[in-house]
Amino acid sequence: VAVTHDDVRNIAALARLAVAPERLDTIVSELNGILGHMEALSRVPALDAAGDGQLDGMRLAPDHGPAVGLERAPASFAPAWRDGFFLVPRLATHGDAGAAADEEHSA
Amino acid sequence: MSARAEVAAAFDRADKAGAGRDGLNLFISADRAAALAAAEAAPATGLLANTPVVLKDNIATTTLTTSCGSRILEGYVSPYDATVTRRIRAEGGVVIAKSNMDEFAMGSSTEHSAYGPARNPVDRGRVPGGSSGGSGAAVAAGIVRVAYGSETGGSVRQPAAFCGVVGVKPTYGRVSRFGLVAFASSLDQVGVFGATVGDAARGLQAIAGVDPHDATTVDVPVDDYVHAATDRLDGVVIGVPREYFPTSLDAKTRARCDAALDALRAAGATLRDVSLPHTDYAIPVYYIVAPAECSSNLARFDGVRYGLRIVGDGLRAMYEATRSKGFGAEVTRRILLGTYVLSHGYYDAYYRKAQDVRTLIARDFARVFADGVHALFTPTTPGPAFELGAISDPYEMYLSDIFTVTANLAGIPGMSVPIGRVGALPVGGQILAPHFHERTMFRIGFALERAGIDGGVA
Repeated sequence: VAVTHDDVRNIAALARLAVAPERLDTIVSELNGILGHMEALSRVPALDAAGDGQLDGMRLAPDHGPAVGLERAPASFAPAWRDGFFLVPRLATHGDAGAAADEEHSA
Repeated sequence: MSARAEVAAAFDRADKAGAGRDGLNLFISADRAAALAAAEAAPATGLLANTPVVLKDNIATTTLTTSCGSRILEGYVSPYDATVTRRIRAEGGVVIAKSNMDEFAMGSSTEHSAYGPARNPVDRGRVPGGSSGGSGAAVAAGIVRVAYGSETGGSVRQPAAFCGVVGVKPTYGRVSRFGLVAFASSLDQVGVFGATVGDAARGLQAIAGVDPHDATTVDVPVDDYVHAATDRLDGVVIGVPREYFPTSLDAKTRARCDAALDALRAAGATLRDVSLPHTDYAIPVYYIVAPAECSSNLARFDGVRYGLRIVGDGLRAMYEATRSKGFGAEVTRRILLGTYVLSHGYYDAYYRKAQDVRTLIARDFARVFADGVHALFTPTTPGPAFELGAISDPYEMYLSDIFTVTANLAGIPGMSVPIGRVGALPVGGQILAPHFHERTMFRIGFALERAGIDGGVA
């Protein structure tokens, strides 16, 4: 399966990355080069599910731990902070986005 | 010497070695005055008493920046210490610097750092390996005896081999990752560099053990690594996997491996030819699984809560501008690759398939160890350190991890020990052991060290 320019535009949008048009050719070429090596995996027979029995009954640890004390408050490292909230620009999809795009809005 | 005197001496050695930005470029941040003050307050007893240490720049510290070698976290100071940082301090260690690294640990040469490439102290025209190159090189330059890095696919063992020091990747779950900035969560582990096997042993001993802050740590008793020293290996069966000695292996590296195997046999070990048939698939599997996980983990760097923010026209523009300016080329490449293999229509062909083959790789190891093999011996890398700028093709760079990624995929512990030189350049031998059998690994490492194998030249 070859990666196309549209694929790269799509995954860049999904990944919240801006890809300059002049970089597209290079990225398409690099991804195709890397993924070409991955085709070797298609030669491996499908996994035999038997043999995973050692995972049966595995004890799971709780997925939470004790509270972590912070030595500095978020206001000291947040790019923008007000009244206990991280501030971000207004979503462009909001109705008044055109007029308020530069406003900052609490998240 | 007192801790303060040891720390002062370490900074003097760093100056003498030219560790700064214009020289080896080993450190992203260091604070002599703060380190001297910390030394005066450090416990006088403990595994790391009077020991200055260097931490990779992706291990959280409240006293120095944690930038992960990236512009996106430039100047960021963590509001808490990683568990390993706390344990190091509790054992008397004094953190003197945060070391240069490939951005977000993605790389095998420490050339992909936003703060410039680090250089190998053995040969300044060559890379120190990566991604924990700054930590490995700091030990090789004699600045510290113990340093910490992180391992996702060989990022401690490979630079250890390139720099001629000891590098240890513990079992997945042996050491807490709380406060280690995540790259690929099913693979990441904190690792240790040591000037000697004994230094690496106390470095790991100080940080090993379960942590309530990290649900992936396992409550298995921690063996005594420090006192595992031996020069005899009677009764120990060491497997030699034929897939790790291909005809393409550098002939002189092969010669040093043969010398190490002779030393192991002379120490009483039994050598056994074994096969790990899915080894050839390790790099493709790794470079699907790791980018997939990184594309998810690095989504958090978006300019909202910490780090760089580039203001754009609205929220989405801010995300894109921040991430595009903040991430370097290799990180961007891996995020795109990971997003692709996880996206609709490609998930089964790439990600699910890679996870299946990963299971087969793990089963290869399990079968060999169940067959009475106590550990495996392989070369750590296909050859010695390469020249700065010598490798520009991404996949060719990925191949430098070919002998190390399998341990991360299977979650088993691994160690690189110096086994001599090819010309003037160090090469490493790798010891792999079953889960939580680090002590066995250390015994073999101690035996090789005591046999004087590092003195040989091919």
